[in-house]
Amino acid sequence: MCLFHRSRREFLKGAGALAAVSTLPVSMVELVFADPGQNFTFAYISDSHIQHIAGKNFVRNWDRGLIRAVAETNLLNPKPDFVVFGGDLAQLGTKEELDHGAEMLARLARPYRCVMGEHDYYLDLGEYWSELFGPHHYSWDHKGVHFVTLNSILTYDDWTHKRWPTAQQRMLEMAGLDNPNGSPFMIGDAQRAWLRKDLEAVSKNTPVVVFSHSPIQKIYKGWNFWTEDAEEVQALLKPFDSVTVVYGHVHQIQYNQIDRISFHAVMATAWPWPYPETYAQAKPHMPKLTVPMNRADPFFERDATGWQLIDLDTGRVAMSYNLYNNTNRKVAYNRETGRPEDAAYQSPDKRIPPQSHY
Amino acid sequence: MLKKIAGAVVVVTALAGIAVGLSSRADEFTAEDLKRWEGEYMSVVKIGRELWTSPTLGTNGVACAQCHPNGANTHPETYPKFQQQLGRVIALREMINWCLQNPLEGKPLEAGDARMVAIEAYLAYERRGVPMAPGKH
Repeated sequence: MCLFHRSRREFLKGAGALAAVSTLPVSMVELVFADPGQNFTFAYISDSHIQHIAGKNFVRNWDRGLIRAVAETNLLNPKPDFVVFGGDLAQLGTKEELDHGAEMLARLARPYRCVMGEHDYYLDLGEYWSELFGPHHYSWDHKGVHFVTLNSILTYDDWTHKRWPTAQQRMLEMAGLDNPNGSPFMIGDAQRAWLRKDLEAVSKNTPVVVFSHSPIQKIYKGWNFWTEDAEEVQALLKPFDSVTVVYGHVHQIQYNQIDRISFHAVMATAWPWPYPETYAQAKPHMPKLTVPMNRADPFFERDATGWQLIDLDTGRVAMSYNLYNNTNRKVAYNRETGRPEDAAYQSPDKRIPPQSHY
Repeated sequence: MLKKIAGAVVVVTALAGIAVGLSSRADEFTAEDLKRWEGEYMSVVKIGRELWTSPTLGTNGVACAQCHPNGANTHPETYPKFQQQLGRVIALREMINWCLQNPLEGKPLEAGDARMVAIEAYLAYERRGVPMAPGKH
């Protein structure tokens, strides 16, 4: 029936997209590094939510999203220096899901690093994930940029250790985005102390790029588009001339500027989420700067999902959203206005009807 | 004689009927009635919420709430409307069934199925306060 035809059509479309992306131009924006050889790009894939059904069966739809993102990033030319996976590789944190996801990520032609998501964490508190991908938070330097990966999906100890009779139930409670039994994400005292120390060694004019799963800003608590100690973390980042936070979790285009900190969200490869203001019982908290992604068309199962190519030529993030069934978007820092802006749609008179959500 | 008795029985029965009717007139109800009716509705909304977050409504473990937290992005106030992907005007339940069959890889529900009614009740409840917008894309 229609499922079969749809899969086949999607496959053929996918093949076309692969051909197109193999010639994807990497935009060269103004260079500020002294040595142009230092310019680089990296790819960002996030929120694949690999979901185990039983035995060897996984939800086909989510598998296809990650397989496609990996295949397309492998075709980038010039090649990105590395790839980041932004968290929520699994849906319910099981070994089956993490293994299956890791197998797909292993096909990446470039080195990759991973960010912890709540769906990876709350079954065994990240233990098996660590065996596969390493520490939960870490930093490194690459061509003059200081990168930090945070585990932003921790929460109150009481919720994590005392509230639930089983680890499975804890995982299920946190997996429901709109579940009132969930708990706000946070980075926590210990990790903030680590971050403070880590940043002490970095000069204030070094570009700093932070990867987290949840937004390190407060957007909508009801769906955990939120980090409880966001302000404390922002205070540690503020002294730097150029700071960018890239986050997953929200499955949608978002961007914002708070003081000197730029924020960019990435798309999921699995499915898109509504913008919080479309929930009639919630108050709108979206950054006003954000020009939303197009409303998703469910009849195209990869619509409103995708992956990102990030260019750091200016020391700031210029993010190209590679969208499977939509016109690609590019959101880059504008030096004149001092904030990230969409290359085509930022001005209110340039916006198009599919960008209005209700 | 028998006929008379039969007639009397009919009259008495009718009077009894009126007497019973006096305590439940069609156009009169109490605050308790309102509370009970709302409770009945909310009990179905609750079932709808359980179905919305249930991994067993379809066959692959995917739940409606995975893509539609709090029923968002379902726009119940716009139906019936022209569903451009299908090329005709449909009721919301047809889209609910489309989702059951596609992302959830399950079977559609009959229009009168208590589960369908519960899902419709839940979506309307989450959308309360939003003006009707029939036909809006």
